[in-house]
Amino acid sequence: MSRTGTKLDAKKVSSELFTLTYGALVAQLLQDYENAEDVNKQLERMGYNIGIRLIEDFLARTGSGRCYDFRDTAEKIQSAFKIFLGITPSITNWSPAGDEFSLCFETNPLTEFVELPDNYTNLKYCNILPGVLRGACEMVQMEVACWFVQDQLKNDNVTELRVKFVKRLEDAIPAGED
Amino acid sequence: MKQQIIDSKANPGASGEADDCLFEYLHAELVNYVLSRSSNAAEGEEELSRLEWMGFSVGYRIIERLTREWSRFKDELDMIKFICTDFWSSLYHKQIDNLRTNHHGVYVLQDNAFRLLDKVGTSNSKQYLKESPRLLAFTCGLLRGSLANLGIISTVTAETTTLPSCKFHVQVQKI
Repeated sequence: MSRTGTKLDAKKVSSELFTLTYGALVAQLLQDYENAEDVNKQLERMGYNIGIRLIEDFLARTGSGRCYDFRDTAEKIQSAFKIFLGITPSITNWSPAGDEFSLCFETNPLTEFVELPDNYTNLKYCNILPGVLRGACEMVQMEVACWFVQDQLKNDNVTELRVKFVKRLEDAIPAGED
Repeated sequence: MKQQIIDSKANPGASGEADDCLFEYLHAELVNYVLSRSSNAAEGEEELSRLEWMGFSVGYRIIERLTREWSRFKDELDMIKFICTDFWSSLYHKQIDNLRTNHHGVYVLQDNAFRLLDKVGTSNSKQYLKESPRLLAFTCGLLRGSLANLGIISTVTAETTTLPSCKFHVQVQKI
């Protein structure tokens, strides 16, 4: 009984573990909440919690400093996707004011084994991503708004995530020192 | 880290590969969520069955993909060995340190530095011992689900006495 030639690819497995775990989470949420809107909200909130921690990993690994402008931010977000999910979304559709852009995903590891049943058209399956972005940006004093405009799970050609700069967060005055 | 970036560039055909820390953060959120949902928690007893169930469904699916090109297992022990070596090292980056069995359907899998506990407590730290079951329920389910898809119906429990080591008890149900 030799098992040469068959060896598990550790990186691939841990990626599948992530994908499937996320799937199990969404399934559980759908069971717990009747309403797809509530599931979206919950996913976004979890993403936020992840984002505020993940930014530390990102800064520690890349050693990148402050962003010069929002275009710089866009590129850094792009590189974060490369590091954490191994994908490179393209940056497109800049608004004339330069405060809004889109991230377009050709492939998305989160949806690798996923098909949406017809009765879940309101569900934003990947809604954890906007949350992650919002949380991470907040930790570097930027308030952004994020939402999906296209979704491959809903038969669009690409998945498009829109990111909008809302405002710069100022350093808060420590409590009791006003 | 640089190495990884180069690696994934080498095969652009492959779809994205998630970084390890994402799973850890996601797992933390699962635990968070389950705790926030369990309302009538009795003293010291937390309702972790949702977590176990999520682990089960992940295990049930992932083992099917992992063993697709694997040769047939000889017997129950062979399957458990697979779990301890290849399966465990792919998921948690190290093999099970110690496997014991009574040859009557009870297996004890001991991991001396379990990944999900690794950053919680250093050796002999008792501080987070009480919370550690939260971090193990998912993996118990994962084991149970994997074994279920291999045709072994079992119950899996975990115990920790010192962080970050833990023991998983697998009790096979004879039909």
